[in-house]
Amino acid sequence: MDFQDTPQLAVFRSDVKIWLEANATRRTDKLHMGMEGDTAFQEAKDWYKKKADNGFACLTWAKEYGGAGLTSLHEVVWTQEVENYRTRDAHFVIGIGNCGPAVMHFASEEAKRELLPRMASAEDVWCQLFSEPSAGSDVAGLRTRAEPDGDNWILNGQKIWTSGAQYSDYGVVLTRTDPTISKYRGLTLFMIDMHQSGVEVRPIKQMDGGGHFNEVFFHDAIVPDAYRLGEVGGGWTGALTVLMSERLAISGVQPTGFPQFLDLVKSLELNGQPIANDPIVRDQLATWYSQYAGLQAVNKRMLTAVAKGGIAGAEASLGKLVGAVMNQEIANFACQIFGPAGIVQDTELSPEQAHFQQQVLFSPGVRLAGGTDEVMRNILAEQVLGLPQEPRADKGIPFQDIPTGSA
Amino acid sequence: MNLEFSEEQLFIRNQARNFLSQECSASVVRSVLNTDVPFDRALWQKIVDLGWTAMSIPETYGGLGLGYLELCVIAEELGRSLAPVPFSSSVYLATEAIKSWGTEPQKQHYLPKLATGELIGTLAMNEGLGSPSIAAQVLEGKLTANKIPVPDGDIADFTVLTARDEQGCVGLYLVDLADAGVQREVLTSMDPSRSQARLVFDNVPVQALGAAGETQLTELLDRVAVLLAFEQIGGCQAALDMGIAYTKERYAFGRAIASFQAIKHKFADMYVALELARANAYYGVCALASDAPDLPLAAATARVSATDAYYFISKENIQVHGGMGFTWEFDCHLYYRRAQLLSGLIGTQPIWKETLTQRLL
Repeated sequence: MDFQDTPQLAVFRSDVKIWLEANATRRTDKLHMGMEGDTAFQEAKDWYKKKADNGFACLTWAKEYGGAGLTSLHEVVWTQEVENYRTRDAHFVIGIGNCGPAVMHFASEEAKRELLPRMASAEDVWCQLFSEPSAGSDVAGLRTRAEPDGDNWILNGQKIWTSGAQYSDYGVVLTRTDPTISKYRGLTLFMIDMHQSGVEVRPIKQMDGGGHFNEVFFHDAIVPDAYRLGEVGGGWTGALTVLMSERLAISGVQPTGFPQFLDLVKSLELNGQPIANDPIVRDQLATWYSQYAGLQAVNKRMLTAVAKGGIAGAEASLGKLVGAVMNQEIANFACQIFGPAGIVQDTELSPEQAHFQQQVLFSPGVRLAGGTDEVMRNILAEQVLGLPQEPRADKGIPFQDIPTGSA
Repeated sequence: MNLEFSEEQLFIRNQARNFLSQECSASVVRSVLNTDVPFDRALWQKIVDLGWTAMSIPETYGGLGLGYLELCVIAEELGRSLAPVPFSSSVYLATEAIKSWGTEPQKQHYLPKLATGELIGTLAMNEGLGSPSIAAQVLEGKLTANKIPVPDGDIADFTVLTARDEQGCVGLYLVDLADAGVQREVLTSMDPSRSQARLVFDNVPVQALGAAGETQLTELLDRVAVLLAFEQIGGCQAALDMGIAYTKERYAFGRAIASFQAIKHKFADMYVALELARANAYYGVCALASDAPDLPLAAATARVSATDAYYFISKENIQVHGGMGFTWEFDCHLYYRRAQLLSGLIGTQPIWKETLTQRLL
């Protein structure tokens, strides 16, 4: 055990520090930058282009696909260093982190060389189209149909909770190609051109007022068979491959709200007293820090395993569950500490530019997106601890005969 | 960055696990729990014979000269097996204190005998309810004190002890417990598989442990916090495994109760608590072994995390067992009791949370 970088990583870290210092603005606070709005989108595109031009985009991808040909550990070093700067580094995580691996695994060599470099530099933006109104936690219950038509497939149906669809040039879409066989075997994965008349994107207004997600409707949308990712009927395996690849990508990114809370405790005075003197605040700080530090250390253990040639395991589910819950609890606690004025959500009047009020309203979504708390617990219980599944009403029967609850 | 044990350390851990699974079954733990016997002498002798008491002692004093990374994998297995022996008192507390701050003659006198198990030591720091405060007084080399509770105070040959000198300064002292001025009283505790005593000292001769004072006591407790965290996560893992095994076998409503989400989500939360505690303990021992500047914060974090996890996992293990978990016959209460013991041994959760916060801010 030791805390040292290997010599190669130490050199890389130093290169990254120098480049960031010259090309990005240091952050003075730990508030995360908002992801919404056209300005944010354009800033993010410009930043990714700059990274790509200087060899810092998609560090783990091969160079011929627009990456830097480095390891996951380089990616981690980058993540650690870039945290100190005001960059829009996290903007295209889903496109690059989820769609990227799908294309990498399943697309033809020609398509990969054409599409991946443009994805890496954010010249093209991608979205992932899995969830549907009746297929959330049970995503394999999705109903968007893809039917063959010569060299094409015709898509009809509806997706929901699609991040960034309004900005996307391409999507990776999971469809049902055969409803007469069991649900997991009748799925097929495709790439889709989002700029076509058969694709309609409608923003969803969230409970916090934001509009990060969309509904996407397919009305006879056309997908060439060359855009198929994997075998017909192999969509579920493909989707799992994507979700597995995602684990390492997001494991260091999951927000906990803790750094912001620590800043608050260090800086805020109420009633003429630092809140750091309040025993209730101190007790909570210790509890959350022990969890936050635990997540950091879990991540370091995972990276140790990856460095030794292992793969990321259940750490992402663990991190998602702990981080999402902590994020909500911290936000609520902070607003309670503020007293009656905690209700005021005003970037001028509220501490930390109303970060905690915003998080009270946004955090319920974090506990749902990318797998709910309950799905995370099922993953940990079944896949890590080996506990048996619940009896199910959808096993061993054709998809079209599974009860749906709708008449 | 490397936060895993080496092949050699894992080998030591596996050997310890195999040994304890044979020599320290639940019936061994119960033989101490159910009787007035303070610890299992036969098991203790075997542990001594394996060299575990000598591990962290330098070779010049008759030890094996190994480090914290080797000691903590043993700690994890002792915690897993609920070993009813005075290992934490003698090795983490007494040996560590003498090794670190003893004078040369003190090291030469005590360390070889601690290594061979000829002497058992402990630390007497508590003086009744509340966070540890020190009224014990040393005047002209003689100690007057009332220490309660002292872990293994009834069986230890000597103790390291906190007391104030004529000027009121806190120091660490060495006290021979065979002295006529020492009264020992065995206490009833929540975990009778490990013994607790009251020690009353009336004008007992003592010697200062080197020049050790308050700072050294804090350093000592930080190191012990990390080692105890490994005992705690060992116990956590055993209790979690026990609950999983039972609920896979136990049927209700026509199916294994482990298939109910109400049960398996509990296990997911137990697993999360354990993995956070384990990762914090690993980080803590890495900081300890490399004497990193953030050791104080890492130690407090490992302690808080492991104490939370063991309480949570040991109580939920009872819950998933249903009524059987509440019986004397089932082993659930052994872990629950041990969780209580370990959470108090060097200061309870409010004390360590406050310590963590002070170090963080």
